[in-house]
Amino acid sequence: MVEADAGRWVVTAREEVLARLRAARDAGAPRGGVPPTPREYRRSGTLAPGSVEVVGRLTETLTDYKATVYRVADEDDVSAAVARVLEDAGATTFVAPPGLPARWLGEVTARVRPDEPPLSVARLDEVDAVVTGAAVAIADTGTFVLDASAPDQGRRAISLVPDHHVCVIRAADVVSSVPEALARLDPSHPLTFVSGPSATSDIELDRVEGVHGPRRLDVVLVGPM
Amino acid sequence: MTSTDLGMPTVAPDDVGFLRGTESFPVAAHRALADTQLRRNLGHATRTIRGKRARVVAEVPDWEELRRAGEAIKADTMARLPELLEQLEEAVTARGGVVHWARDAGEANAIVASLVREAGADEVVKVKSIATQEIGLNEALAEQGITATETDLAELIVQLSDDRPSHFLVPAIHRNRSEIRDIFLRALPGVDPDLTDEPRRLAMAARAHLRRKFLSARVGISGANFAAADTGTISVVESEGNGRMCLTLPDTLITVMGVEKVVPRWSDMEVFLQLLPRSSTAERMNPYTSTWSGVTPGDGPQAFHLVLLDNGRSNVLADEQGRAALHCIRCSACLNVCPVYERAGGHAYGSVYPGPIGAVLSPQLTGISGPDDPNASLPYASSLCGACFDACPVRIDIPNLLVQQRAASIASHRTPTAQDVAMRTVAAAMVSPARFRAAERVLGLGRFAGRSGRIRFLPYPGSQWTSARDMPTPPPETFRQWWKRTRGAGS
Ligand code: SF4
Repeated sequence: MVEADAGRWVVTAREEVLARLRAARDAGAPRGGVPPTPREYRRSGTLAPGSVEVVGRLTETLTDYKATVYRVADEDDVSAAVARVLEDAGATTFVAPPGLPARWLGEVTARVRPDEPPLSVARLDEVDAVVTGAAVAIADTGTFVLDASAPDQGRRAISLVPDHHVCVIRAADVVSSVPEALARLDPSHPLTFVSGPSATSDIELDRVEGVHGPRRLDVVLVGPM
Repeated sequence: MTSTDLGMPTVAPDDVGFLRGTESFPVAAHRALADTQLRRNLGHATRTIRGKRARVVAEVPDWEELRRAGEAIKADTMARLPELLEQLEEAVTARGGVVHWARDAGEANAIVASLVREAGADEVVKVKSIATQEIGLNEALAEQGITATETDLAELIVQLSDDRPSHFLVPAIHRNRSEIRDIFLRALPGVDPDLTDEPRRLAMAARAHLRRKFLSARVGISGANFAAADTGTISVVESEGNGRMCLTLPDTLITVMGVEKVVPRWSDMEVFLQLLPRSSTAERMNPYTSTWSGVTPGDGPQAFHLVLLDNGRSNVLADEQGRAALHCIRCSACLNVCPVYERAGGHAYGSVYPGPIGAVLSPQLTGISGPDDPNASLPYASSLCGACFDACPVRIDIPNLLVQQRAASIASHRTPTAQDVAMRTVAAAMVSPARFRAAERVLGLGRFAGRSGRIRFLPYPGSQWTSARDMPTPPPETFRQWWKRTRGAGS
């Protein structure tokens, strides 16, 4: 009967909280009204999306936060780069989202574990690495965004549980600023903004890399150099 | 709850949760001040972060414009909070989430406990959430036989040492690396006895300890940094990946969110995702931010519950100026720049909301019951130097709110007490230990009391009594003159 009780409570609480907030909204209303939100900040960055400059800046900001960046000129070179970073890390198995372009993996010798049907968490924990694409990257902040509904990025767990993440980013998806990136994203999909490998500032407010998320982050950046 | 209360802005109850300490700020601060290790730890950590923050903020040419936008978005949010919450509820529900409303801490705890039981779990993993600390959720769950494991490194440190959080971002900021190592050696099951105090090794020890819990957790509990009303999108901003673990791997996710965390539009995130990380960890961007809307088939928790919490927020909203305290995005920049916080530490504030913002938020959430209410002393925990306003990414005018809260604190009782005197002097005194010793003499000697023992004259805000209550002629010396004369006298 907890269920029924809880149900009744919740309905009552909703009405009451809303009534309190309406009364408070009016009691504390600013006498002059609320001015319109000034949006004088930069809505677009200084570097053009996809430009050589913006990709260069992204390389710097990613590197600042301890991601390792590999630059390749075009998509035909991706698979060699992915093969190399997996090999360097000693990874023998990796998980790939269902829609990862096959051409990114041509030269890879590590064994792929397709996430189709979805791998259990325990299986994911046994895999050495994960290779994904990205929806957009932000040069100002050294961030890339994973869209869990995109076929080359996959559900959130696959880029979280393996300890090594290899992310392939196309120059066309690189923007300068946070507002430009958000404009390209669909908030109805689960999104993960990633800036460097997992880290903590919890010991004396100093950043230390490598806690629960992937401890190693390699980025393959595809585009003109 | 009587029917006459229905719909009136209401303060948080004082029997559940952690919004009020047991002693006044001056008393607690006095003890903290004597703890040289604490002062050293805090001084080191806040100095580090202040320098870094200044550098990453200077990189952003439109920082002031972003602050103004952040301020205005929050003011707009407060002006239509009930409407936005209804919109949020609709959007979350449309995407398969379930929205619950909680009048206060006890109700929120009961909702969460029953949801955990419904999920058939007796263990939950938690992402750091100040709202759940505020309501004492872990303690309430423990009473129901449910074990809550904190997964944020600093929260874990606090939990393992049976301690209380003292900072928004780094709840264990009062601990240094060797103290953390000692806590781990004592309380982490199966820890390597050769653990050193190297931060990296400490982080690895936490990873090893929590990994199995993450991978097998059935229920995750989180707070929320933002919730966009138009799309129902919740955001959690974090560093370690423990947030991603809790938000992704369990079957059931329960998010407890203060009602003020709603923002009108998803696009407003373009402002806050720039303001928050630089102000908080002094990074261009924090390692991980997760956003989700309701339930996504085949990805992450397949049951999502959002608990919307009042617990005194309606009382804060009802005050035209005081409601600005609800704009806070918990970055902790004001704590890091505050000379009083740096010396007194977070515990002295009693509440889970410490520092300058806590000093104005806590008394408004709880109301002030009288001169002996510990929260009545909080608005005095400041030297009004203004550093907090300059640092605040959403331009909360904390000094102004402090002055306003001092007046409210006075209005709650008719005659000033010794504590009132102490409260006023202690804040200025926090700026240096020598001054503190001087202020102690005020406490001990009761300088303001005349021969009759009655208070004859007090500087502002104490002067409000004297002027409003027709007290005897004030003595020739003002507070400032007195302060100047006595401060230098001895040490
Ligand atoms: S009051 Fe401002 S500076 Fe302080 S924690 Fe809140 S947002 Fe940050």
